[in-house]
Amino acid sequence: MPEAGRQLTQIEAIREALEQAMAEDERVILVGEGVPDPKGVFGTTAGLQERFGKQRVFDSPIAENGMTGICIGAAMSGLRPVMVHQRIDFALLAMDQIVNNAAKWRYMFAGQVNIPLVIRVIVGRGWGQGPQHAQSLQALFAHIPGLKVVMPSSGYDSKGMLLAAIRDDNPVIFIEHRWLQTLRDIVPEEPYVVPLDQALICHPGRHATLLAFSYMTVEARLAAEALADYGIELEVIDARCVRPLDLATVVASVRRTGSLIVADTAWKTGGIAGEVIAAVAETAFSALRRPPLRIALPDYPVPTSPHLAEGHYPDALSIARAVAAHLDAAIPDAELAGRLARTTPHDVPQRDFRGPF
Amino acid sequence: MNPFDLYRQMLRIRRIEEAIADRYPAQEMRCPVHLSIGQEAVAVGVCAALEQRDGVFSGHRAHAHYLAKGGDLTAMLAEIYGLDAGCCHGVGGSMHMIDLRAGFLGAVPIVGATLPLAVGAAWAARLRGEDKVVAVFFGDGTFEEGVVHESVNFAVLHSLPVLFVCENNLYACYTRLPDRQPPRPIHGVAAAHGCITLTADGNDVEAVHQAARTAVGQLRSGSKPYFLECATYRWREHCGPELDDHLGYRPAGERQDWEAHCPLRRLAPRLSAGGTDLDRLESEVAAEIESAFAAALASPPPRPADLPGYLYA
Repeated sequence: MPEAGRQLTQIEAIREALEQAMAEDERVILVGEGVPDPKGVFGTTAGLQERFGKQRVFDSPIAENGMTGICIGAAMSGLRPVMVHQRIDFALLAMDQIVNNAAKWRYMFAGQVNIPLVIRVIVGRGWGQGPQHAQSLQALFAHIPGLKVVMPSSGYDSKGMLLAAIRDDNPVIFIEHRWLQTLRDIVPEEPYVVPLDQALICHPGRHATLLAFSYMTVEARLAAEALADYGIELEVIDARCVRPLDLATVVASVRRTGSLIVADTAWKTGGIAGEVIAAVAETAFSALRRPPLRIALPDYPVPTSPHLAEGHYPDALSIARAVAAHLDAAIPDAELAGRLARTTPHDVPQRDFRGPF
Repeated sequence: MNPFDLYRQMLRIRRIEEAIADRYPAQEMRCPVHLSIGQEAVAVGVCAALEQRDGVFSGHRAHAHYLAKGGDLTAMLAEIYGLDAGCCHGVGGSMHMIDLRAGFLGAVPIVGATLPLAVGAAWAARLRGEDKVVAVFFGDGTFEEGVVHESVNFAVLHSLPVLFVCENNLYACYTRLPDRQPPRPIHGVAAAHGCITLTADGNDVEAVHQAARTAVGQLRSGSKPYFLECATYRWREHCGPELDDHLGYRPAGERQDWEAHCPLRRLAPRLSAGGTDLDRLESEVAAEIESAFAAALASPPPRPADLPGYLYA
């Protein structure tokens, strides 16, 4: 990752990845509800139909399952479709085609046909997104053999992993987080790829390992910086990939720190955080000096009202408190709360962290 | 295609499926089989109108479509036996047929699952400028799936070269059509979607072939998608080799009425009168089937160690 250079928002980084992928490979097509509309999927697809034409950049009927199957049929016929769902919740309507066909087609036919399909799904949060617009469903997809599932958190990774996903011959679920969209990052102009199976240590430390998924990386890093003031060196690992999980990086870190905390954007029960903990316990149980800890959402859908949603999502303060308790560290809570007080309402992204990563 | 060739293909499919039914009780084919005995005319009539480069998709009752499109018989039988020489090396069984060389692009058992794939394949052909038509076979029950209507909508919206072939055999498993759909023709709904619709007596292979030729010719010239509804009938049980009259879900005499309209019996007298030696044809077909079973059963079992390599490219 470069130390200096051109800064882009994640929206711009994703848009650039799409533009470069379409320029380098004419088999790449872009499909989704609202792709060429005036909003251009939060700006990530803006101007692409003008550049590449209506043959390659498509709006789609409101038919998630059918359109997913149509993209699978196109993928097995030599195209490389990128589908977009403005909310991950909409992809639930396409679970039949994603699970039964996209994930398994190659396997069912003994490797004779590949499905080079990317499904971009956007995870919402805050500002009243409510029960059907703010679900973080990565564990649902990660359970399915045959899919790859990634959740980049930086703009650099978003561009590199989207290019890698489009060049990959397998179906990839590419999960983007709304609260990362406007963060700025150093993003090289030339095309590059970031592997779809590697976690990244983004804040080294030796007292505890915190594996974070997607936006939780931001909150975890804010927490790590605050805890450093109290002598706690928290190692934050950006998971980046959900299937396959990069367990080697996590296990190596746990062997150094002796503890494992997982911060997920999803519910606790049945989530990917539990899977990480199970896998680490299987392979490195003796390295754990404390019980592992999950920082996740309470097991109920997010309510819409800001009055009800306040406190629903873990943030840097709740992470810092949890880590301090986990390590039996005596940190004055008022100080910590003052250090990590939000500068924005709870339902819009914190201004404290604006990038670059 | 002349009546003799149409007949020969139907006879071959009939005898292959009868041979599967005969051998099934030996418990060596350890997967569900859905036979299309009685429905051969639709598969043969449609596929005879297609070229090798054209694509075909199907569903759980796919043997006839696979064979009519030119799929490899030995690979199909080996697949049903779960052997390495199978068209999916034993991963799929009877409900997963594929033969890319023949343009048989795939069949899977989720009802309606291949409708969007056919539309997507036709879409890719259009975007890549290929002269290719894609046909997809499905039953009357499939028309109740939402994904069918999503797929037809998109195909018509973009005028894609797709031939939807509905084999209306009156039943979905054991439930009759009037218990599942209101009294209106299926092709009428397809017409309302904007498809060009045709209907044919699905037990008259020449009628099916004529309709399919019209559709495929027009699709090559850029017409809207075609929807061909064929009335036909499944003689045996939904899943398995037996007759199932004892279950009592078919009205008395219904199967016998349809058997009287057997697509083979309909053509045979004309061919005999024209001097075709039907006995000789029977023995040729029997010999091919015997040798295909022998070749399939000579296959080694598949290797579990190969499975992980099938999952990701």
